[in-house]
Amino acid sequence: MMRGRALPYLLVAPAFVFLAVLFCVPLVQTIALAFQTGTGFGLGNFVQMAEDLNFNDAVVNTFRLVGVAVPLQMLAALGMAVMLGHLRAGRDLVLWIWTIPLGLSDLAAGLVWLALLNDQGYLNTVLFHLGIINGPESWLTYETPMALFAAIVIAEIWRSTAIVMVVLVAGLQLVPKEYAEAASVFGASPWKIFLRVTLPLLKPSIQSALILRTVLAFEAFAVVLAIGGRNFPVLVSEAYTWQHFNQAPAIAAAYAVVVMGISLAATVVYLRVLRTPAAQRA
Amino acid sequence: MAGIVIDGISKAFGNTVALAALDLAVADREFVALLGPSGCGKTTLLRIIAGLETATTGRVLIGGRDVTNLPPRARGLAMVFQNYAVFPHLRVCDNIAFGLKMARAERTRIDRQVARTAELLQLAPYLDRYPAQLSGGQRQRVAVARALAVEPALLLMDEPLSNLDALLRLDMRAELKDVLREAGTTTIYVTHDQTEAMALADRIAVLHGGRIEQIGSPSAIYHSPATRFVGSFVGSPPMNFLRADAGRLMGIRPEDIDLVDAGAGLPFRVSVVEPLGAQTLLTGTTDGQVVRVALPGEHVIAAGATLFLRPRPDRIRWMDAATGNALAQAAG
Repeated sequence: MMRGRALPYLLVAPAFVFLAVLFCVPLVQTIALAFQTGTGFGLGNFVQMAEDLNFNDAVVNTFRLVGVAVPLQMLAALGMAVMLGHLRAGRDLVLWIWTIPLGLSDLAAGLVWLALLNDQGYLNTVLFHLGIINGPESWLTYETPMALFAAIVIAEIWRSTAIVMVVLVAGLQLVPKEYAEAASVFGASPWKIFLRVTLPLLKPSIQSALILRTVLAFEAFAVVLAIGGRNFPVLVSEAYTWQHFNQAPAIAAAYAVVVMGISLAATVVYLRVLRTPAAQRA
Repeated sequence: MAGIVIDGISKAFGNTVALAALDLAVADREFVALLGPSGCGKTTLLRIIAGLETATTGRVLIGGRDVTNLPPRARGLAMVFQNYAVFPHLRVCDNIAFGLKMARAERTRIDRQVARTAELLQLAPYLDRYPAQLSGGQRQRVAVARALAVEPALLLMDEPLSNLDALLRLDMRAELKDVLREAGTTTIYVTHDQTEAMALADRIAVLHGGRIEQIGSPSAIYHSPATRFVGSFVGSPPMNFLRADAGRLMGIRPEDIDLVDAGAGLPFRVSVVEPLGAQTLLTGTTDGQVVRVALPGEHVIAAGATLFLRPRPDRIRWMDAATGNALAQAAG
């Protein structure tokens, strides 16, 4: 009997220990480090972080990236998921091709887009041969901030829209097709069906996808670094810089705490704004 | 309000023929039930009429207008789905108003229709609730109210009572008949339940293997089945078919058989007795063939007994044993 009762806890124990040792302890240590000053605890690291030249740019760039990339990704993923639902043949093949970027590491994806877009890249070559440009053009420098930003957004969208799509495809499969059929019988056009029926019923999946994607976008790093280098500082790349170039782990920890705070806040906002009351669930 | 014409509708899924060049005319304000076992094509036909499925050949006319190539929303009909398909994210009132809102009806008309249909289907106290807060029977009523609110030219119903438990189904059946009579809407009603079809319909079309076996009033379908299939599908227990002379089958309903004195009829050995209250059902054999007899409930009979049966001559339905089709009925 004792063994029977203890068994569930024994089975959970490895995961619990894993999380405690490799997640909770480092988390507490990082938070402690962020608030540690020479004389004790305080906000000194945060003040120093905020006074740095790159801090404002990092905050603005991070929010710009999230603000532009995430909505575009949501729209693209919704469109892709709905299109996939209308395919009769070849659905699995299309889904498989669309999810290829998921298998690539962030850094590899960044380097692929760097190879495409830098001054000796494919895009330059093609435009040159078409006679549109007269010689190699650099778009990924501090002198071309809009082009640089656009390149990073495109790479981010290319790399991580598939994860949003996968969540939405799974969500769409949970919505019985009778609802769309009923709506069409009662006079709704395809667009109205999408707006009034599919979208509201997909809300729980949209919520999950948004939380997942937004939190990851606030942590964008490797793609940004590969394409923009120091020309496009974001919060996490600044943490990296402080840790490895400036040898100031406490400042890096402060950045980490800020990123965590922003991610938590975004999650809470999504949980509240996109809540589906129990009574409205199918 | 409108009459419907189904003109040579056929439907093939790959090599499987679901519907074979089917013709059916439904008069304005008429209630027609499509009755048949699962896989007979009745739901496919309903979905073709609704526009949710495309026919391989043929035309659908609603009120004289060819709607074959129109999307569902342009056909001016309403439908009640088997599992209701009441929108879970909308309150009852918004569900009922859905069709009118899509048609951009005036606010006053929407309010009036929601109030009227909610009253009709006893949903007035629940207008602000969500479907998940209702019972199965109430959700069913919302589905019917949503359909009636648009005052459709044609109402399609796909096994609307099959998800309800037996007692509720009886209640809802009577209620539905009352409500639909009042609304006077042309209705096509799909069911596999022959008592439901008998109870509700002006006419029943019995479907089998993608064809209409017989179409007629409930009484004609019941008493004068056109084929052996109809006789055995409609009625519970089904019609008996006994081998007779010259390749003929004698069709006789279990309740159209009388007990007679020893020697005056066919000997019948009872194997099972089922006292159902109103009726007593006997199963046994006559001349090596299984026969079912339904007697008034007051009879007390023991299994193993031998009785003598006489079919009522005016109720016998002669069939061709080879084709299963009814023969020209000669007396006796």
